[in-house]
Amino acid sequence: MLLELQRTFRATVTSRDDAVAPLVRAAHGPVSRRIAVYRNTVQKSLIDVLAVAFPVTQRIVGERFFAAMARDFVVQHPPRAPQLSLYGDGFAAFIAAHQRTQGLPYLADVARLEWARGEAYFAADAPALDPAALAAIAPDQLVKVKLNPHPATRLMTSTHPIHRIWAVNQPDVADVPAIDMNVAESVLISRPLYEVHLRKITQANGAFVAACAQGQMLGEAVAQAFVAEPAFDFQAALQDHLINGTFTALTLS
Amino acid sequence: MLADIRQRYPISCHGVGLSLGSAEGLDPSHLRRLKDLFSWVKPALLSEHLSWSVIDGAYLNDLLPLPYTEETLRIVSANVARAQDTFGQRLLIENPSSYLSFAASTMPEWDFLAQLVKATGCGLLLDVNNIYVSASNNAFDAHEYLAHVDMTAVGEIHLAGHSIEDEGEARVLVDTHSTYVCDSVWALYRAAVVRRGPVPTLIEWDMDIPAFEELQAEAARAQTIMDSLSNLARARVA
Repeated sequence: MLLELQRTFRATVTSRDDAVAPLVRAAHGPVSRRIAVYRNTVQKSLIDVLAVAFPVTQRIVGERFFAAMARDFVVQHPPRAPQLSLYGDGFAAFIAAHQRTQGLPYLADVARLEWARGEAYFAADAPALDPAALAAIAPDQLVKVKLNPHPATRLMTSTHPIHRIWAVNQPDVADVPAIDMNVAESVLISRPLYEVHLRKITQANGAFVAACAQGQMLGEAVAQAFVAEPAFDFQAALQDHLINGTFTALTLS
Repeated sequence: MLADIRQRYPISCHGVGLSLGSAEGLDPSHLRRLKDLFSWVKPALLSEHLSWSVIDGAYLNDLLPLPYTEETLRIVSANVARAQDTFGQRLLIENPSSYLSFAASTMPEWDFLAQLVKATGCGLLLDVNNIYVSASNNAFDAHEYLAHVDMTAVGEIHLAGHSIEDEGEARVLVDTHSTYVCDSVWALYRAAVVRRGPVPTLIEWDMDIPAFEELQAEAARAQTIMDSLSNLARARVA
């Protein structure tokens, strides 16, 4: 039965056990060598997908540790769809629960940040909000405007300095400086055209974006930003969102 | 960018994730996504592999081998027919590179493919390097395989380089797409083109990619073979 054979084949390539050996033939040489070609491609190709999606996580723990951790994930959680751009959702949670990463409490949040960055990269195209559309709103109507997030926009908050950790672990940074780990950071990810923008924003600005994303009107979103941090600079934040394409359109309720 | 290219050139879409050999059938949501893509791209050629990669909903990201039996033929035929119905277009099915064979197989791969063509009306994508790699790994004659292929069904040819791993008894050829097309594969290509005539040919090189000029030279070599052999064919007719 083909179904049974495919189950046995899967068990073989996701373990060290050559369970499929009695069913297959090698014209010459050991059959285990032939099975290893498939096992290697299945595991290595998926580990490579994770390494491409989580380069900073890999740099922090090192290639060998990353490969071992990724192999465990691949075997336990193979992709559920033949779209490799979607593979890795759940890897951050896997890292958070992984016994051997408990000494790096920020690692899972770094992985979440990298996943959000990947989501932004593959998100649907959409135009960035046209500043003229905002300028055309009558001043007394402005509080009732809703700013709709661009499909690529992701907001990430952490009790760790994840933007700093991410920035100093880029390939072009040779010496990683000491970092104060007791700093909370919010990161906003956007992709106005083809390039993903990733920047640290204030807690107030984070509260503002989160409120907009929840469908709150501008007046309410600004109020929530002031609650989070009284020193919120709305003009500067808005300017920044227009440049980086955080929003795609506005609706007037 | 793709929209721009599509205006100027015919596009060939080549799949690796449809898993036409899955005993559990095709993933309906993946079929739907591909249908949406193809109805937008309107590919001139559409191809997939004679292999499987999905079992119990898990995608294993490799072109895994199939036993060539009547049961497999029924399953693959049903899957190919469903895909063709969904896309409203003929599929070209590619012969895979394989590293082992199954004790349960009752027919050679070329016979399996011929029956698949007959059952579904699909075409073939002949990967000449895959024939060579499989022939070496499974001890059959690549030219004999080629001689059995119905060339009128072939809509596209693939060429690639492979690596040779281990020596002696343990020697295994791996389809790595990481180097030049070897002389034996060029010889097979000539033999295929002599029988088939000119046909869209793709050189697959997706690891350890060399300078663009070297890729161009490989492509030019295939073009030269096609041109010279079709001139030869014309000269014979005249």
